[in-house]
Amino acid sequence: MSRYIAKRLLAAAVMAILASAVIFLIANLVPGDPVLAQLGDIAASDPATVARWRAKWGLDLPLWERYGIFLGGLVQGDLGMSIATRRPVLDDIIQYAPATLELATVAFLLSLAIGIPLGIAAAVWRDGWVDSLARGLSLLGVSAPTFWLAFIMLAIFYGGLEWAPGPGRLDPIAFPPEGPTGLFLFDSLWAGDWETFTDAAAHLVLPSIVLAAATIGLITRTTRAAMLDSLQQDYVRVSRAKGLRGWTVVMRHALPNALVPVVTLGGLAYANLLAGAVMTETVFAWPGLGRYTFRSAAALDFPAIVGITLVVSITYLLVNLVVDMSYAILDPRVRR
Amino acid sequence: MSATTATPVVLPPTRSRLRRRWKRYGPAWIGGAIVLAWILVAILAPWIAPYKPDAVDVTIRLQPPSWAHWMGTDTLGRDVFSRLLHGARLSLLAGFSVVLLGAALGTAIGIIAAWARGWWDEGLMRFTDLVLCFPPIILALAIAAALGIGPVNTILAMLVVWWPKFARLARALALVQRSQEYVEAATVLGLKPRRILVRHILPNTLGPLAVLVTLDLGNAILTFAGLSFLGLGVVPPIAEWGSMVAEGRELIEQWWVAAFPGLAILTVVVGFNFCGDGLRDWLDPKGRSR
Repeated sequence: MSRYIAKRLLAAAVMAILASAVIFLIANLVPGDPVLAQLGDIAASDPATVARWRAKWGLDLPLWERYGIFLGGLVQGDLGMSIATRRPVLDDIIQYAPATLELATVAFLLSLAIGIPLGIAAAVWRDGWVDSLARGLSLLGVSAPTFWLAFIMLAIFYGGLEWAPGPGRLDPIAFPPEGPTGLFLFDSLWAGDWETFTDAAAHLVLPSIVLAAATIGLITRTTRAAMLDSLQQDYVRVSRAKGLRGWTVVMRHALPNALVPVVTLGGLAYANLLAGAVMTETVFAWPGLGRYTFRSAAALDFPAIVGITLVVSITYLLVNLVVDMSYAILDPRVRR
Repeated sequence: MSATTATPVVLPPTRSRLRRRWKRYGPAWIGGAIVLAWILVAILAPWIAPYKPDAVDVTIRLQPPSWAHWMGTDTLGRDVFSRLLHGARLSLLAGFSVVLLGAALGTAIGIIAAWARGWWDEGLMRFTDLVLCFPPIILALAIAAALGIGPVNTILAMLVVWWPKFARLARALALVQRSQEYVEAATVLGLKPRRILVRHILPNTLGPLAVLVTLDLGNAILTFAGLSFLGLGVVPPIAEWGSMVAEGRELIEQWWVAAFPGLAILTVVVGFNFCGDGLRDWLDPKGRSR
């Protein structure tokens, strides 16, 4: 087992370094020029100003030298300075990450809480009305554009019915809770601030439903397929034959084996939620990594783009690694 | 799709048989009809749209749906319904270009890797893994932003992240085919590898690839609309569904500006998903309704 883990860790490290080279090359070879995006028209027409600006950000050095500097910084945990915010990229990422982490985690738990029971029910009552409902819901979930769903939810529940609060993480006049993590739900509980906790929770409802929509569909489908598969196995028939009650068979014997593919998909889905929050965060004015990514891309802020793509890719790699390992624990045949 | 001819024994269709057949292939037919309808709309948009998509008239701005304007008017007084019909052109074109080009590129890479084995296989597949380890939306977003706003650039950016899944699937399928006896026979007969690849292995991998293509068309349309929504797909006066939603996203009171274009995206994606599921069931009756 430890050899397997070591092998996978090494492969992931090589991938991360290669990924950094690829993303660095892409970001620097594409024709977009940050000068025009950052300096005004007047400043950009003055060659001396442009040259000074390029020298300041190291854009006048040859490409390999820039990559060398970037790698050197990377080893020390330095992702460079953001051209747009004029702050270290890592500081920016650390500042925006908790908002995305909180949103994605709530959305993930929501998709598990809805997707798994719905998938089980759909498999048990195959071709019944629950099955049809599950299919319809998951189809709508994966087919609806996230940005549109976000708009519709806001229009109905905030604009129309006024049940939900508007965009943002908290009420505009509220102060963010003091706390160690930047996760508002956790920090407000930590501080014993019940009012801020309910405010933060209320603001999470709509965006997490929107973000979870596609994942709920995926998890429902996977659970249903895996359950149908394991309900047809011999050991299920045996446990029925020896007289176990219907739900005991389903929950104790069929479900554990059906969960293996769900774990795999769940891990990937979580990584996707972290990365895929771009649209949701844009519509809900959510101050997270998604919105930061979008802003950096629009401003051609290359250090920020490289930094965030790298951080997200490494998260991807790590999640994959964890998934594969849990696979190895759940299914001993993989370990060789 | 000749779904009805797939039954080996020809029996007079009874009510229950018809019902079962409808249950199995009904969604696929509905999906096909939706997709076909949108393709027709895209082709005929200039003739069937009641107004010009860029006809500005600020005196009638933000009017709710009425007999004159079925889906209301936007901030510049343009007819939402007409813009929606015209928007079908770019969305479908972008979806088809990305998926077909991505599938062609990915399949070529996958099949070559499977045939060559050894170093080429290892190199091509590790490169595929490398691209797959980037979050697609973020990579496409970064590339599209750097290339500049415009449909062609956005399609190019999507292509960069789109081919790997096809490369993986094509390689897996080709590896299975490679070990089949007919390939061995063809090799013994002295056929050149290229001929075996193109004439024998490729056709046998097309079925599952076609399923992925169909299921993926909806995905590509969603992603393109998403990038447009973020302001990358098209330059403003052009009608495109994602950017139309973006133009209306602050207008919660005037919901019709954003709601209808999004509904258009939803229907076309549902259509493609139905088609893809139906195609999969038809090609692989064993894996039915999984």
